[in-house]
Amino acid sequence: MTTMTTSSADGVSKPFIRDEMWAFLIMTALLVMVPVSGIYPFFVMQALCFALFACAFNLLIGYSGLLSFGHAMFLGTGGYVTAHAAKVWGVSPEIGIVLGVAAAVALGVITGLIAIRRQGIYFSMITLALSQLLYFVYLQTPFTHGEDGIQGVPQGMMFGIFDLSKPITLYYVVLVIFLLAFLLIYRIINSPFGEVLKSIRENEPRAISLGYKTDQYKLMAFILSGALAGLAGAVKVFVAQNASLTDVHWTMSGEVVLMTLVGGLGTVFGPVIGAFVIIAMQQYLASFGQWVLVIQGVIFVVCVLTFRRGVIGEIAHYFRRSL
Amino acid sequence: MKSKFSALMLGSALVLASATGAFAQDKNIKIGVLTDMSGLYADLGGAGSVIAAQMAIEDSGMLAKGWKIEMVSADHQNKPDVGTNIGRQWIDVEKVDVFVDVLNSGVGLAINNLVKEKNAVMINSGAASSVLTDAQCTPNTVHWVYDTYMLANSTGDALVKSGGDTWYFLTADYAFGQALEKDTTAVVTKAGGKVLGAVKHPLNTADFSSFLLQAQASKAKIVGLANAGGDTTNSIKQAAEFGIVKGGQKLAGLLLFITDVHSLGLNVAQGLNFTETFYWDLNDQTRAFSKKFSERSKNKAQPSMVQAGVYSGLLHYFKVLDANGGNPKDGAKVVSLMKDMKTDDALFGKGEIQPNGRKIHPAYLFEVKTPSESKGPWDYYKLIGTTPADKAFRPLSESACPLLKK
Repeated sequence: MTTMTTSSADGVSKPFIRDEMWAFLIMTALLVMVPVSGIYPFFVMQALCFALFACAFNLLIGYSGLLSFGHAMFLGTGGYVTAHAAKVWGVSPEIGIVLGVAAAVALGVITGLIAIRRQGIYFSMITLALSQLLYFVYLQTPFTHGEDGIQGVPQGMMFGIFDLSKPITLYYVVLVIFLLAFLLIYRIINSPFGEVLKSIRENEPRAISLGYKTDQYKLMAFILSGALAGLAGAVKVFVAQNASLTDVHWTMSGEVVLMTLVGGLGTVFGPVIGAFVIIAMQQYLASFGQWVLVIQGVIFVVCVLTFRRGVIGEIAHYFRRSL
Repeated sequence: MKSKFSALMLGSALVLASATGAFAQDKNIKIGVLTDMSGLYADLGGAGSVIAAQMAIEDSGMLAKGWKIEMVSADHQNKPDVGTNIGRQWIDVEKVDVFVDVLNSGVGLAINNLVKEKNAVMINSGAASSVLTDAQCTPNTVHWVYDTYMLANSTGDALVKSGGDTWYFLTADYAFGQALEKDTTAVVTKAGGKVLGAVKHPLNTADFSSFLLQAQASKAKIVGLANAGGDTTNSIKQAAEFGIVKGGQKLAGLLLFITDVHSLGLNVAQGLNFTETFYWDLNDQTRAFSKKFSERSKNKAQPSMVQAGVYSGLLHYFKVLDANGGNPKDGAKVVSLMKDMKTDDALFGKGEIQPNGRKIHPAYLFEVKTPSESKGPWDYYKLIGTTPADKAFRPLSESACPLLKK
């Protein structure tokens, strides 16, 4: 709080961690109050799932410099596996979520091993290609029911005690999962592992010359990011009660880029804000019909032209804080 | 807290309604038009569905009888979870009673589950999936205009009877396309025709040349297009380039709408055969409705069958509520009343709603006119066959709907 040194927006130095804690407390307090505030909880739940998805994506692009253009595959895989497990096998929600995340991890290992062999645009293209591959697999495999999707997933009892069909219970369960995952991401970013990731982002040859096996770090980051995106997909199943092709389509991969850019690339809170902005537009502007996409496009252009660091990125930059 | 309160309100309203029967009650109705306003189905439903719903409100004469009718509309962007969220909010916060249009099968099925859970009503005129009245039927849903089974059935049967007895399929390689091919094959064989072969193409194919050459080489009289959306229009355009129709083969679209013909143009679409249950130029009544509709719509477009379905479905809904004397705010009850009353409207003729929620009416096989036959804008179809209501749709004995097993 006291030192006003010229640290870059994401160079976390010790005194500034308190800012992030305050921000985290404010965010938590706001989110906890949602059900009593009259805001429609289902909207916030949906936004929280996408916020988690965007945070997972941000872990990869913002802190490791890897632009994945196929992140929807993790969201979709987590969602499909969880939905199938909950609906057809009849497992409880927590087991369903674990299975969904496990599937995303497995997918992350396979795709990660292929994708991290290339850098920059080639990395992005490989992830896009793999996710399109998976899109067609999901389109054809019988368990996903193609275009119809897996519908009417039962919400069930979490741990046998939390009845997820009650909106309030569901809301707090989703909130707790989101906050824990958020703290995990924060921890990862600020761990020695996270520091190495940042060094790879800044200058990979230099990191290699310092003796780091960058491929292993990148693979680990890719898997972690995929797992968290899978978690977002798995939780979303219990909110929306369906899993559909939308979540594996490439436009979803694009949307998460948009969320992260609007909120602020490489900031901890940016993706959360970005997700809320985009989801709020989809929800509350829905009655404008065809204008939603136009408005979304305009906002994107304005964002890129005028505040390139994103909402949170600009705020952090202005106050020279790290958020 | 809020939801508990509304549940309590709903509960007490139910008790009141059942105790007093059709006695002075709520005369408010709220309609939700959930559709695609910006994507590839926007012409089919979209803003036109909102106009159709508005016309239904005006033409029903309900307002003069003291009813208060409100309407909301939204774009579900063809995303089931956006659709579910809007739908949930409409029911919980806006107190919407009835969903109309709801095109796109994924969104349709999601809302299907939602209206059952929340005991609202869906009159679906947009989704193609026949699952809505089959395995996933609910006491809260009426499927109004068409479904994949009917399209396959009517097109296949009528074409074989008019001499198209050898078929070759171009099938989109996923569940939807395969189901269409399977259903149509069954109908064609049953009617005495023969399927010479089929070729599967991936979804969103840009180049159909090799598939079309195979279809041409098969010498089948009918080339059946078991695909949808952009794939159908692409294959039709390229078939025109290969001169398939000029070479004496006929193209049969299994899921195609007047809006597709309009955007393809008669030069490309001529000679195409497919089924619809509504055409603006069918009779005096449809012409009268369509005239009023096109005056209000953008680009003077004629109504599609989905939009006509929104109008006619709502009119039946209003008629039933009016006969009931009030809105019981109980979706399942309203739908069962809708099933009890035979339907009769200007656009789809006489029909009824079957116990599984399937609304039945005659289906028409059309052939697209050549440019020289067409007398003006939107004059596109020649009627070449009619399948009566009881033959057009899936028979109840074949329906896997759990509601039928009582």
